[in-house]
Amino acid sequence: MENTLFTKYLLKNPSVMIFLGLLALFTVFVVIMAEGFGIGLISTSFVKTLGKTLCLCMIAIAMDLVWGFCGILSLGHFAFFALGGYMIGMWLMFARTKMIVLDAAQNVALPMTNAEINDAVGTQIFGVVGGAEIPMIWAFADQFWVQLAFVVLVPGVLALVFGWLAFRSRVNGVYLSILTQAMTLALALYLFQNDSGLRGNNGLSGLQNIPGFDDVPQSLISIWFFIASAAVLAIIYVVAYGVVSSKLGNIIRGIRDNEARVRFLGYNVESYKLFVFVLTAIIAAVAGALYYPQAGIINPAELAPIASIYLAVWVAIGGRGRLYGAVIGAAFVSLLSSYFTGGQAPDIPFGFATLRWTEWWLVLLGFSFVAVTLYAPKGIGGLIDHLSRKGNSS
Amino acid sequence: MTRPLFLCFLVFLFSSFQAAMASPEFEELLARNAKLIHKSSSKTVDPVLADIQEFGGQAAAEFMETWKDKKLYYVKKTGQFVLAEPAGKNDAGKKMVSVIDAISKQPLGQMVAKSVKQIKPNSGVRAKIATTLVPIQLTSDDIEVRRGGLDAMSRDIQPGHLLPLQRAIEAETDPDLKSRMEQVYVYAAIAHGTDAGEVEAAILSLRDNLSLETRAALNPLLTSQVKVAVELPGDVNIARIITPGVSVKKSDGTSGSVMLMSGATPELDQTAAYQMLVDAGFAAETISSDKRNESLIEFAENGRIGDIPLSTLNTEEARDTAYDWLVLNRGLPPRVADDEMRSAIAAHVFYGVYDHPSPDVTSAASDVLAGINNKVMVYKLMDLALDGLSLASIYFLAAIGLAITFGVMRVINMAHGEFIMMGAYTGYVIQLIVPSYTISIMLAIPAAFGVTFLAGVLMERLVIRHLYKRPLETLLATFGISIALQQIAKNIFGTQARPLTSPSWLDGAFVVNDVLAISNIRIAIFCLGLLFLGLMLYVMTRTRFGLETRAVTQNPAMAASMGINPDRINMLTFGFGSGIAGIAGVAIGLFSKVTSELGSDYIVQSFMTVVVGGVGNIWGTLAGAAMIGSLQKGIEWFNPSNTLAAQTYMIIFIILFIQFRPRGIIALKGRAAED
Repeated sequence: MENTLFTKYLLKNPSVMIFLGLLALFTVFVVIMAEGFGIGLISTSFVKTLGKTLCLCMIAIAMDLVWGFCGILSLGHFAFFALGGYMIGMWLMFARTKMIVLDAAQNVALPMTNAEINDAVGTQIFGVVGGAEIPMIWAFADQFWVQLAFVVLVPGVLALVFGWLAFRSRVNGVYLSILTQAMTLALALYLFQNDSGLRGNNGLSGLQNIPGFDDVPQSLISIWFFIASAAVLAIIYVVAYGVVSSKLGNIIRGIRDNEARVRFLGYNVESYKLFVFVLTAIIAAVAGALYYPQAGIINPAELAPIASIYLAVWVAIGGRGRLYGAVIGAAFVSLLSSYFTGGQAPDIPFGFATLRWTEWWLVLLGFSFVAVTLYAPKGIGGLIDHLSRKGNSS
Repeated sequence: MTRPLFLCFLVFLFSSFQAAMASPEFEELLARNAKLIHKSSSKTVDPVLADIQEFGGQAAAEFMETWKDKKLYYVKKTGQFVLAEPAGKNDAGKKMVSVIDAISKQPLGQMVAKSVKQIKPNSGVRAKIATTLVPIQLTSDDIEVRRGGLDAMSRDIQPGHLLPLQRAIEAETDPDLKSRMEQVYVYAAIAHGTDAGEVEAAILSLRDNLSLETRAALNPLLTSQVKVAVELPGDVNIARIITPGVSVKKSDGTSGSVMLMSGATPELDQTAAYQMLVDAGFAAETISSDKRNESLIEFAENGRIGDIPLSTLNTEEARDTAYDWLVLNRGLPPRVADDEMRSAIAAHVFYGVYDHPSPDVTSAASDVLAGINNKVMVYKLMDLALDGLSLASIYFLAAIGLAITFGVMRVINMAHGEFIMMGAYTGYVIQLIVPSYTISIMLAIPAAFGVTFLAGVLMERLVIRHLYKRPLETLLATFGISIALQQIAKNIFGTQARPLTSPSWLDGAFVVNDVLAISNIRIAIFCLGLLFLGLMLYVMTRTRFGLETRAVTQNPAMAASMGINPDRINMLTFGFGSGIAGIAGVAIGLFSKVTSELGSDYIVQSFMTVVVGGVGNIWGTLAGAAMIGSLQKGIEWFNPSNTLAAQTYMIIFIILFIQFRPRGIIALKGRAAED
């Protein structure tokens, strides 16, 4: 029954079908080509890069929902992304360190007491910031399901509190952007402290090692995460599409276009904005929780305010107000960025000087961003719209 | 005892003409010690130095000076001490030296260089010579030598210095130097005095003296040792009674309570206190958990203690039970129960004893120190206030340009920070060309204004003009420019920090006392902030340009119909705001290194300054900067080691503040407030 319902839904919304189809094709292609599973044309590290890119696409969808559809230019979504990463990272790091400690203690005559195990784990994890005690916030780090719940709960509650405060006092527009940026900066500065309980600027590391799967090679784990990322992206896309194509979506768009008018129509604008803000924060957090095990390390530099602005850049280049635009923008710009800054791009020699992409890529990105804002405010998505409309009419 | 006194008498009597006189006695003394001087080591040199010091006098001082400075030679054959100067080569092509006697200063003619040998004392010996030299220097005729000797002495006061210093004070004629000598004598008396009355008087004379030296001199008097006894002894200088787990040691050696001093940890916890009892022989040794675990492993038979397998001992309770079995069956010493520990601790008294035996001295020291600390606290508060003020002026400088572009024109310019950076780099480039720091700074300010003004105008013409209706997109476009400019700066100037050196007249500080000193650069930045405030107020309210700017921002159409060209005004206003950012960049570059990230360090704070203060109002920016600056320093006061936390809490405070005054401290009212 459900199956048919879903097929009907897909038939009614061809863009979702196209997106999911392409995503599935891409996933199958990568898995077959990957080093760990199939032919081996795609290296493990590139599989990880692609998996991370899919996670960036998720947060881009979140950004598109909150900015492109609801008109809130949040410069703080990378904070939620990183928080999600931190929450899952705590479990990864704690559980793995504990396994190592227990392994090392196997041949000791007296079995360790719980306190001793905790001491040893604490020394292992926090020795680098000059501590040995496990902070309060790690109380549940041992339990996977609790930390998984925290992935959603912690950023969700932060978004709820912050959003409630901000929307309640009708901070909007540019002010809200600056306020979200301030929130991100505050969080980053807090995490940079050594006594924040999250290892200061060392961040959490070794996250690519999944506790309990020590025997599984990274090449295989990378594929698992890639598939998981693709699946979650598909779910998020469908959910986001559901939101924007419903009546709720209309109200949200109405808020973007004329907030006062929607308010006068009797809608509680603040609640709608809060709903979108929290929902997107949770999407961002889930994306982060999938991203950082593939990246292997998370530190406070990840949530510097500039990261969130880049997010806005991706969405703007991809095309606001179109979910696939956000996905295209994030994938396109982030992959291009890693290509150019990774030193793989060939330098272009001029007679008098050489253009090194590692040096000039950001300059090009910056100016192309200005160009997109000025001349193509709808981004790549707008271009696709334009082309497909042409195709329809002919 | 009579001999040194007599010699000192001689020193005073003959010090004026002793230099010219060769003293046979001194020569004899040196001849006796020649071997030890030729090859000295810091272990063997002490008696020689003592001898020379005892002898004293100008000749001895000069001799030690030359010795210390490695200018002393000796003739290999005779062992005579000489001074040697290179004197060319003789006919046979051998290097020659001209030699004079080191003591009598009589020329001894020329010698082959190889027949004399330089004496090279190592650094340890030289330090010892310097210490010995000090009292002798104090009796020198030359005031500079006396002054140098006093300086050397005040750095490292020895007990043997007290007497010579006292004599030097009596003999000193220069009033300035005399009072300095008396000052040093006070510290010397505190450190090494043997008469409690004298020490106490010396301490009391330091009342109200805020110098670091004073605090460094008084603090060692208040060191104490923790002891334990059955009853409090009556014959020692007791600093405090310690209640283990409760009392806290205060800096003057007395005790306080944990309740009253939040964040302090008790001086002595129960375990440490009990360990003290054990060490003093007042209580039976405890079985520490480590020791218990070792015994468990040691006495295990076939992996079992009695009938308990070792592998089940994964809780403290189980281990204790197993150990108790060992106590019963293998005769190990029993564990000490917590109750016993507590009662043993309660039955004894723990106390701190001052190292200094005299209660008068320690109480005087703690009184004087408490008074000084109170004063220091007041000055530190003043210092904090000034710190806040200077931070506020920096934020104000960084934000004042934004107060125009964002505050008045409502253009959100994320590249504002990069304009600050451009200004700083302009200053750096000008310093490369113009070597004089004063002139280069004078040139840099208008140049930075010019460069950033042009950049601002260009940006307004090319980008911002098209986006006046879309403020959020201005944010993104200017952000694009920001990352491009940052990267360009990185490509041109590299990633390492470039110095922007302030002229020397800005280097010093206005010193009030050892606690409170205001660096000139802080004063200069404060003045620059004031200057900017005046300039902005003047331009915006008293000039035609300001009037037109306000008109255009309030209602461009109406302004245009009054004959104002809104395009031109927008362009100039934006350029003006950007130019101010450039000047701020020069000022900021003077105290922090110039990097391509200079601007982004300030951008968020700048926006918050404008938003908190109230958009569209220069007074608001001032209020915002004052609030953010003083707040940040105020929070730092509570946790000085952690400026990151201070910034975090400040931002959180600002977020909350915006809740209550969404339009900032000074909110516009009426029509102008409408977006």
